[in-house]
Amino acid sequence: MSESEVQATQWNRREFPEAAKDLLQDSQTRKNVQHATNVIQAKRKRVVDELADWEELRESGRQVKAHTLRHLDHYLMQFEEQCTRAGGHVHWASDAAEANRIILGLVQKHEAKEVIKIKTMTSEEVGLNAQLEQNGVHPIETDLAELIIQLGKDRPSHFVAPALHVNKQQVRAMFQREMNLPDLGDKPEDLATAARNYLREKYLRIKVAISGGNFLIADTGGVCILESEGNGRMCLTLPDVLISIVGIEKIIPSFRDLEIFLQTLPRSATGERMNPYNSTWCGVHPGDGPKEFHVVLLDNGRSPILADKEARQTLQCIRCAACLNVCPVYHQTGGHAYESVYAGPIGAILTPQLNSMEAGRSLPYASSLCGACYEVCPVKINIPEVLIHLRGKVVREDQATFAGKFSLWNIGMKTAAFLFEDADRLAMAERFGQIAQKPLVSKNGFIEWMPFMLSGWTQTRDLKAMPAQSFRQWWAEEHSAKKETDA
Amino acid sequence: MRRGWFVRVSLFITCYNDALFPDTGRAVVRVLERLGHEIEFRPEQTCCGQMHWNTGYLREAVPIIRHFVKVYRDTESVVIPSSSCVAMMRDHYLKAAEMDGDSKLAKEVEELLPRVYEFSEFLVRKLGVEDVGASYPHRVTYHASCHSMRSLHLGDIPIRLLKKVLGLDLQPVQNMEECCGFGGTFAIKNADVSSAMLADKVRNVLNTGAEVCTAVDNSCLMHIYGSLHRQRTFVRTAHIAEILASGDAGPGASV
Repeated sequence: MSESEVQATQWNRREFPEAAKDLLQDSQTRKNVQHATNVIQAKRKRVVDELADWEELRESGRQVKAHTLRHLDHYLMQFEEQCTRAGGHVHWASDAAEANRIILGLVQKHEAKEVIKIKTMTSEEVGLNAQLEQNGVHPIETDLAELIIQLGKDRPSHFVAPALHVNKQQVRAMFQREMNLPDLGDKPEDLATAARNYLREKYLRIKVAISGGNFLIADTGGVCILESEGNGRMCLTLPDVLISIVGIEKIIPSFRDLEIFLQTLPRSATGERMNPYNSTWCGVHPGDGPKEFHVVLLDNGRSPILADKEARQTLQCIRCAACLNVCPVYHQTGGHAYESVYAGPIGAILTPQLNSMEAGRSLPYASSLCGACYEVCPVKINIPEVLIHLRGKVVREDQATFAGKFSLWNIGMKTAAFLFEDADRLAMAERFGQIAQKPLVSKNGFIEWMPFMLSGWTQTRDLKAMPAQSFRQWWAEEHSAKKETDA
Repeated sequence: MRRGWFVRVSLFITCYNDALFPDTGRAVVRVLERLGHEIEFRPEQTCCGQMHWNTGYLREAVPIIRHFVKVYRDTESVVIPSSSCVAMMRDHYLKAAEMDGDSKLAKEVEELLPRVYEFSEFLVRKLGVEDVGASYPHRVTYHASCHSMRSLHLGDIPIRLLKKVLGLDLQPVQNMEECCGFGGTFAIKNADVSSAMLADKVRNVLNTGAEVCTAVDNSCLMHIYGSLHRQRTFVRTAHIAEILASGDAGPGASV
């Protein structure tokens, strides 16, 4: 891969409003995103509504995850012990660079020039593919959507359905070009067959596979993956070496806890009662599956989130993406506007925390706080609450800078707070506003243009002018008149 | 309702209704007085602190919250014609008090909150009234604001009230529960995305053929009407209190 190709798969780190502006004009992508999310949402609703104990399952899921996070060190150590006992190797990676170094080292030890991959967003998070390419190892994505992203030199826009922003005609055109299949049709089975033919010999030939993991199971040392296509099952069983990179928050205490998550995750993610393929494995078994198994436990900014009492719940996430599918902001922009492998509402709280706010300062504001994400979350992450908490951090950091002290936002909000602390001040401000608005009010009684940041409102919306009398003025007048008549 | 049973209601008009939508306040007063209750208005009131809190000005919101609690802590019941302000109180006041380390404020919040009601919630859940004797011979559609649905869980309360209004032709709107894109400062900070969300909402409202779009929040209605007016659709918005206050003299005569 050339340098420019590596570049294409990386994120630009533009602010959300700026990136969104471009995407809003991409009518094809918006149509694809809205269609796909509507379909998944409808399927989800159907299979969630049929469970009488859905709310109890959500609460159980939340409790298991919250408990595990409070005792994360204990469960991770238990996992390491059990996994090692079963013949696996456990590696600890504090950041992306360390994870990449470990994985590259393992791949090079086996002199592999190619590796097959099951969809893993954690590997996207650390930028593994680019690292492998730069070191002469070619990663091959076997998940259909990830293959589409890889061949199209695109970026994932959704962490369950990474190519959700692309439609089948676009996939066909790209397969025709990249797989040299000029006569390929655009029926889903045509495209799936093309991908299957492209991938099949690779499963049989390539000796090293890389996966993520949906769950790490502490009491058995097992890893669990849910998938739909069977590509995962092949990657998990055919190669000699299997390397799984998993975030430390993916751990659950016991195998029994899967009882909850195997009900909530497939329903929330793809609207299915159960995924077609559910794989769990422990270590290695002679004559059956990989001869060597490695788990890379990734921190990469997760530990500091644990220390933040308000935001800790972010790590309860099981990556179902139900919050993306239901989010009215995501519907409009799709995932690329978030400039992160983790898009949508959960991405808006996860990304700035993983990156210690350096990137993604605008993400906590990429929400109208409508609360739809919290309502569907199968582990009850109160995303609006965390968004507000992170906004608080952004504001506080901003206020501490020299430029921040003089920003219109900070001065405006400080002034408003001063007025809201006292009714006399507020009443005076209202009287001032009734007069001061006059130059802005059109003949029809509406404000059609406002200056500075308020121009954002009037770009598409009129505002009815303030009436001449506020409610408090009316009440005072009414009641002083009443008192006089009573007297 | 028992004759002679009345509630002393303290009206918290909210800052934006006070300045921008005084008609809504007058309508609330009229409805509650018509039902025989006594309304008081405490002129010391200001704002609930939502704009500051939700925009991330958490420290700045605390004195505003403290002021609200001070003004209302000795009231019998507080009625607020804005679900998002009530949601602010129920979802965040305790957290704000804890953040500030003010246990006295936290205790006062806990004591006050059970007596705080959103307007339509007060009518149906506290007073047990659905038919307020209103008449409004218009085609109306109802937008379920986010906080009314997902924080206050009002369910069909506003719809039950509207269905009892004489002459009102209620038309369901598609994707009723989807956000209109207002979100307070979101409408300004993410003006383009907000506008796109609003375009979807307004399209659905227009598809109903309604003359009037109503809700329990003037904030959403201000947003929706902003676009309805910009496009000169001549479809209006009206807070649910204004519809419920309309009497035999014809719509709008009461306010």
